Amino acid sequence: MEFGFTTAAYVVAAVLFILSLGGLSGQESAKRAVWYGIVGMGLAVFATLIGPGAGLWWLSIILIVAGGLIGFQLASKVEMTQMPELVAGMHALVGLAAVFVGFNAHFELGRVLLMDDAAKKTLEGFAALLAKKDGVEINILRVEAALGIWIGAVTFTGSVIAYGKLSGKVTSAATKLPGGHILNASAAALSFLCLIWYLNSGGFFPLLLLTIAALFIGYHLIMGIGGADMPVVVSMLNSYSGWAAAAIGFSLGNDLLIVVGALVGSSGAILSYIMCKAMNRSFVSVILGGFGGAAGPAMEVEGEQIAIDAEGVATALDEADSVIIIPGYGMAVAQAQQNVAELTRRLRAKGKNVRFAIHPVAGRLPGHMNVLLAEAKVPYDIVMEMDEINDDFPETDVAIVIGSNDIVNPAAQEDPNSPIAGMPVLECWKAKQVFVSKRGQGTGYSGIENPLFYKENTRMFYGDAKASLDTLLTMIN
Amino acid sequence: MKIGTPKEIFEGENRVAMTPDSAKQLQKLGYECAIESGAGVAAGFSDATYEAAGVEIIKTAADLWADVDIVAKVRQPNADELELLTKGKTLISFFNPAGNEEGMELAKSKGANVIAMEMVPRISRAQKMDALSSMANIAGYRAVIEAGNNFGRFFTGQITAAGKVPPAKVLVVGAGVAGLAAIGTSTSLGAITLAFDVRPEVAEQVESMGAEFVYLDFEEEQQDGASTGGYASVSSPEFREAQLAKFRELAPEVDIVITTALIPNREAPELWTEDMVAAMKPGSVIVDLAAEKGGNCKLTVADEKIVTENGVTIIGYTDFPSRMAAQSSSLYATNIRHMMADLTPEKDGQVNHNMEDDVIRGATVTFEGDITFPPPPPKVQAIAAQKKPEVKELTPEEKREQEIAAFKAQTKQQVTLLTVGAVLMLGVGLIAPASFMQHFIVFVLAVFVGFQVIWNVSHSLHTPLMAVTNAISSIIILGALMQIGSGSFLVILLAALSVFMAGINIFGGFLVTRRMLAMFQKS
Repeated sequence: MEFGFTTAAYVVAAVLFILSLGGLSGQESAKRAVWYGIVGMGLAVFATLIGPGAGLWWLSIILIVAGGLIGFQLASKVEMTQMPELVAGMHALVGLAAVFVGFNAHFELGRVLLMDDAAKKTLEGFAALLAKKDGVEINILRVEAALGIWIGAVTFTGSVIAYGKLSGKVTSAATKLPGGHILNASAAALSFLCLIWYLNSGGFFPLLLLTIAALFIGYHLIMGIGGADMPVVVSMLNSYSGWAAAAIGFSLGNDLLIVVGALVGSSGAILSYIMCKAMNRSFVSVILGGFGGAAGPAMEVEGEQIAIDAEGVATALDEADSVIIIPGYGMAVAQAQQNVAELTRRLRAKGKNVRFAIHPVAGRLPGHMNVLLAEAKVPYDIVMEMDEINDDFPETDVAIVIGSNDIVNPAAQEDPNSPIAGMPVLECWKAKQVFVSKRGQGTGYSGIENPLFYKENTRMFYGDAKASLDTLLTMIN
Repeated sequence: MKIGTPKEIFEGENRVAMTPDSAKQLQKLGYECAIESGAGVAAGFSDATYEAAGVEIIKTAADLWADVDIVAKVRQPNADELELLTKGKTLISFFNPAGNEEGMELAKSKGANVIAMEMVPRISRAQKMDALSSMANIAGYRAVIEAGNNFGRFFTGQITAAGKVPPAKVLVVGAGVAGLAAIGTSTSLGAITLAFDVRPEVAEQVESMGAEFVYLDFEEEQQDGASTGGYASVSSPEFREAQLAKFRELAPEVDIVITTALIPNREAPELWTEDMVAAMKPGSVIVDLAAEKGGNCKLTVADEKIVTENGVTIIGYTDFPSRMAAQSSSLYATNIRHMMADLTPEKDGQVNHNMEDDVIRGATVTFEGDITFPPPPPKVQAIAAQKKPEVKELTPEEKREQEIAAFKAQTKQQVTLLTVGAVLMLGVGLIAPASFMQHFIVFVLAVFVGFQVIWNVSHSLHTPLMAVTNAISSIIILGALMQIGSGSFLVILLAALSVFMAGINIFGGFLVTRRMLAMFQKS
């Protein structure tokens, strides 16, 4: 088939991908948007298969179908609480694929350069493209391929570690090898030296060294980031997988790869930015791990945590007219979203105004809570963002905090010395009464004492979120 | 250990320090309970109900005092009762330590530990055992009821077939616990309620109860309740004058005045002077809750109800809680029970008199042969310090100016970014070959489009966005597909692996996105 057709198909596919991302602006249009994405992808693969350069049709199709079956299995079985792991795991695949494709570009280049002019004329597709390049272009190609490999490798190990942390296979605490960021910096420096060496020699060894250094950076960087910063990490890795695709697109001279890579890359970058802003921290400080040092002694927390039993909560809910529920990672861990949804249904059936307040960094993935609540069939029009609902707390009778901690910590506003000072938080303590469902008296991820638990209108509803809600449900009919 | 409650011997005291309910709770803490026969009768608890709750009935007070390890009572014990204490016994009661030197000496000489309920510090942790507050709550309620009993009209305004009834106007002076309780009762009966307090920070609480706070036209640094443990303190003469002038203005209008102003360890301040009483309408009622400390009105006679020449009734009872003995006993007994819970951290029925604990230390007046009154100041502050004044509202002009400034800053920022971007781009264009520039332009435009599009994605769809971008980032499959036709085996192998992995990703990513999106439902 002619080159013209492939290019035309690529343009259509690119437009479809843009529409697909744009369609996610609303819940209803999103359902259509996925189909744009699917059709775009199908078109792109089809056009490439019949386009110039592709061979081994059958092998390709068999592999796609085989991979597709596995993907299908994974996607149909995954629990919604495991979404973060799944997304992180799939980023790893993209990263690794980018590394392989980058290597291939290098091998092909080596092979083509060895041929004489006559042999070059007989080449097709990608190899033919390579054959036409002059000296400067070849060097640019090498930089692009090396960049693609480097980003791909960082994405790969980073995603594997992120997957491990999210699924609990690797400790979610921030751990660093001795030397800390110096190690990362030297690995980055080593990568740069390898790049120069590779440009001069054109050999495979510097490229391999560069890959190893990148793999190390990915591993060590993500190991040093704690569990609650995972939303930033996952969106950052998402961004990287996009940039890796774009870099590979440059080296292969494929515009569709560049376009899609850039779309994905910028999408991930924006998500990271939104997450960082929600935590009032700079991107660098999240990536370099740990909380910044406090400017002075933290405010003393006084008072005591007053416990309450299910009966007390049930009575208060019975008397309340408006209720706001604030879910956090604890709800996902306890798998309590169904019980929360059932509670919501029963309260709504009694004519109470029940709403959800979602902090941007609640959970381990951007939008994690929304997905869990949607899974439990909580209507999305009662699920509010922080900015939409924060002003409504003073008029609210009962706020229920389920498994969140730092995102409802008043110290962020009241104590300028707190490590989370200035982070936007849900002001649930302004509600007339606050119930906190929590396993024990420990502090949150950041290890910061939460004065909310000691406020006079706060009652602690101890116990596993799911079990507590079960008991509560028996009392609300 | 055994905890017991004798019958109150003070004349007219109906309360009792242990109820059948509290006894059950005390037993859960591991204590045995005992009560003097007939101790609860005046509060409506018969011996039989105690027995049913597992409480031992002891015939005489002397036997009870001898038999138990902990004595819980209501009124300050007299010398005869204190004589019954022995070494190692614990007494929990109101004790008035500031005015009861002999009592403390006697308890000290006996070697007994005395916990004075009025000395419980006013911190949030100790609220559950703050008997002063629970009694004051009852006093405030009862004050309104007594006032209504002596007031010849309705509280609420009514328009009836038989004519129009104006609502009663109630002024509550002092918005402490008793004052707030009085405000709540009065507003729920339908009266127009005004309230005054020297601590301006309580205005919010007053208004939350439905009353109107009476502000003074007085410019002086007002008191911060936080520095005095939440209690009022003595005010300056100028402030007092402004306050009295305001009251004089209100006196002819109000029908009922309830004064609750007390300053710890001092005589009650005179707030309602004789000329104000004279200015009130006949039939008006004054309830002076400070009667025990001399009264906020000098005409008040403690424990009595008097009627002045111009027909104003002044009630000076000091036993309001005792007049509602069933309610006050149950609250007081609960306070005692909470105190015992703090004294028994192990729930093993053994008292652990921890003098390091702020609350227990504060309330203990004699301990192991020493007088431990007055206590050191508690380590934690009672209430939050007064808030600093809010940032003042901006005028429309200022707002406009700020907006313009923000707009200018934004423009400046954008122009700078664009310039830097353009210069960089030109720089790249100068050195890079044309074939690279073609792709580069596509790349920059795609990034630009990406930024424009993604900002519109709704927050709740961030997870589907990640899943879908993940799926489409497997576009890397194109690269692998282009290379799989190569001649080299290694290249084919690596390309095949890439195709396989990208295949997983494409199907997995899109499918999971669809699954998620299908779950989002409108109500």
